[in-house]
Amino acid sequence: MSNILVFIEGANSELKNSTKELLSVAKNSGGKVLAMALGPDAIALAEKAAHYGAEKTFISSDNQFENYNPDLFVTFVADIVKQSQANIVLGSSSSLGKDLFPRVAAKLESGCVSDCTGIEFSGDNVTVKKPIYAGKCTADVNFENSAVKFVLMRANQLKINEADSGLSTEVVEVTPPTTDLKTLIKNIVKSTSEKVDLTEANIIVAGGRGMKEAGHFKLLEELADVLGATVGASRAVCDAGWVPHSMQVGQTGKTVAPNLYIACGISGAIQHLAGMSSSKVIVAINNDPEAPIFQKSTYGIVGDLFDVVPKLTEEFKKVL
Amino acid sequence: MKIFVCVKQVPNTETKIQLSSDGNSIESSNIKWIVNPYDEFAIEEALNLKTKNAGSTVTVISMGPKGRVTDAVRTALAMGADDGIIINCEEEQDLFTTAKALAETIKAEGDAEIIFAGKLAIDGNSSGLPQVLAEYLSLPHATVVSSFEDQGGKYLVERETESGSTKTYELTGPCVISANKGLNTPRYASLPGIMKAKKKPIKDVELSSLNIPDNFKKLSYTNLSLPPSKPSVKMIDGEAGAQASQLVELLKNEAKVL
Repeated sequence: MSNILVFIEGANSELKNSTKELLSVAKNSGGKVLAMALGPDAIALAEKAAHYGAEKTFISSDNQFENYNPDLFVTFVADIVKQSQANIVLGSSSSLGKDLFPRVAAKLESGCVSDCTGIEFSGDNVTVKKPIYAGKCTADVNFENSAVKFVLMRANQLKINEADSGLSTEVVEVTPPTTDLKTLIKNIVKSTSEKVDLTEANIIVAGGRGMKEAGHFKLLEELADVLGATVGASRAVCDAGWVPHSMQVGQTGKTVAPNLYIACGISGAIQHLAGMSSSKVIVAINNDPEAPIFQKSTYGIVGDLFDVVPKLTEEFKKVL
Repeated sequence: MKIFVCVKQVPNTETKIQLSSDGNSIESSNIKWIVNPYDEFAIEEALNLKTKNAGSTVTVISMGPKGRVTDAVRTALAMGADDGIIINCEEEQDLFTTAKALAETIKAEGDAEIIFAGKLAIDGNSSGLPQVLAEYLSLPHATVVSSFEDQGGKYLVERETESGSTKTYELTGPCVISANKGLNTPRYASLPGIMKAKKKPIKDVELSSLNIPDNFKKLSYTNLSLPPSKPSVKMIDGEAGAQASQLVELLKNEAKVL
């Protein structure tokens, strides 16, 4: 039986949905579920992790773990992985996860696979599915020569179990070492946006060149507000400076897989399609009936987005 | 100051992927190869740093079949890098082996002050190599960097995280930096640059000469598959108001995504 260690990510003492997915898949595998939580709300997160089946949680409530610093986290997390005797470590393919775990894996002479969309356990082993070439194809990735197998899962891929608030976890407090840091955090600018990141969003409304100018993105924001969606964009409009690069979906932007992707005025270059075509349901609104985006879409509307999008916002308001 | 840039040659973003007959790799015969787009930001930042530090050199390192990746190295040289190193190997290696080979080569060169790489290679989609390289070199790292400032032995970098928040880190050099889009605007190679690049030195290193153990490899890729084909699109006709109400109806009751 495998020991599966889940790295907890949370905000305001609540588990992120992506973390609930990891705890659920670990529990459902039949392995022993361990967890690790760092930062001031570690104890609260450990209690929540217990409800999804974590039997033992390694924590440090030290304030220095409130903000991610690779130099501080790498050695400490590697020590906890060793102490836990985990042979599989599950994390989210978040900006923290992708920065931290490849290096922790290297430190422990093991392998790490990021951005996984599927996971299969067999005994002590694990095989994952990972989109490559920006989602133009998918590969099975197998671990070799890895005492610990590090898997970083993309969000929205796995079923979340029912929480059982009667369960509790053994908490193991770990004391961080005092080390000379070569990396210091100098400043943090929190985004004012309350929006979920594109890579974790359940619904995305995206705009392309057909939006005609930066100011028109307001139409998409209004639609997104009604849907609880996050706004994305094609490369062309990010390069034009209409919206920041952090909103770019596609091969040189973010790869996304929401339940619903609404593409407005996006013709569907191969690079853009690669980044979003694994979305569950795709809606395309475009005035060009020949636009390639329609070939990847579930529903298509040929029309003027400046007529259709406001009407759509009204219609959604009626049913939501 | 010795500056290194790690460059990967990848299929052009317009490439239509076809699978090889064994399904464990892609059919590579008709691919047009380019410098990984994120590595262009790394090259540009290295060249900027060189300009601000007289006497600095920029060495570009790439790994892969020499006959193919030479083009990518020449592109970086044409942009302004001083010299190149190619670690020759025919087979694609996993990111851990690649990082180890790069680390051994950079160690052998000695005195690296800063190593730039792209945040992600658009073929493998792993975004792990720079951090792993930093680990094998025992250096601090910062990834997904969108702003970089040299403060003389210390480097101030900005890193964007989820939802557009940014953190500023100060790293003590030597260090490894992975470049994000937005860090700079990569220059185009000029015609004189391209002519000069033909005469710039490229050193050859055989992967097999680096004494990386046979059992070093951590990951293997099998069973590549293309995305399942989608059922054909359902077009919604009518005037805008009717289209909108029909779409909402379908999303709610047919697709059930609301």
